[in-house]
Amino acid sequence: MLEWILSALIVIGAFFTLVGSIGLYKLPDFFMRLHGPTKATTLGVGAILTASVLYFSFKTDDISLHEVLITVFLFITAPISAHLMAKAALHIKLKRVGRTREPADH
Amino acid sequence: MKKLFPHPVLTLALWGIWLLLNNTMAPGHLVLGFILAFSISLLTSGFWEEKVYIRAPLMLLRFLRIVLWDILIANITVAKLILGRNRKLKPGFFYVELDIRTPLGISLLANTISLTPGTVSCDLTEDRTRLLVHALHIEDIPATVKQIKERYETPLKEVFTEC
Repeated sequence: MLEWILSALIVIGAFFTLVGSIGLYKLPDFFMRLHGPTKATTLGVGAILTASVLYFSFKTDDISLHEVLITVFLFITAPISAHLMAKAALHIKLKRVGRTREPADH
Repeated sequence: MKKLFPHPVLTLALWGIWLLLNNTMAPGHLVLGFILAFSISLLTSGFWEEKVYIRAPLMLLRFLRIVLWDILIANITVAKLILGRNRKLKPGFFYVELDIRTPLGISLLANTISLTPGTVSCDLTEDRTRLLVHALHIEDIPATVKQIKERYETPLKEVFTEC
């Protein structure tokens, strides 16, 4: 039973990480590509780390909670790097897809 | 009490991180971690511009639950958008008018917006009243803004207050 849950979590994690990378490759402009990595770090890494917590907690005697820390650090750093890149891209007025809607006013 | 614990949230966070780093609940580490957390937050209190405390811990838990759930749902939606035809996507920038004023609150809100797939916070206006957000695919801007304000901003505003 545990094996099934673990493998499901790992497959889900791998899938969403893959989708994030596909997005990075496939989406047309920089701002849209930014959405790829934020996805990969949330659900993708989250599912894989959950699998790791479960595996090491059940297969060994100790409860392993290191992974919680990884999640916390990722959740803190990923949005900040995305924010900084977006801010820099806005500053140098990077090209965006023509159909992008602009904010109501500046 | 306030003098001894100038930054209670920081103290607790440092303590928790120390225990997680060592992956233990041994009494020795509990004490050592507490001493470190206590002295670090006391020594660095001068550097922290604002001092906050958590007013409603239960609200914080509810907020975390909402965010985790939204991340799950939004991930699936965005995965479909990415794998589908990208030409149909309607990306857009929009402003979110902020009611929240504390720097910590604003940064947590911006982080939450970036973490939930489909939206990335891009810029904060100089006067800290509006947040520029980019969405991968957006149909109805006012509805999305309303949702962000209701789901994330209102609980955050209630949880953190300055002491």
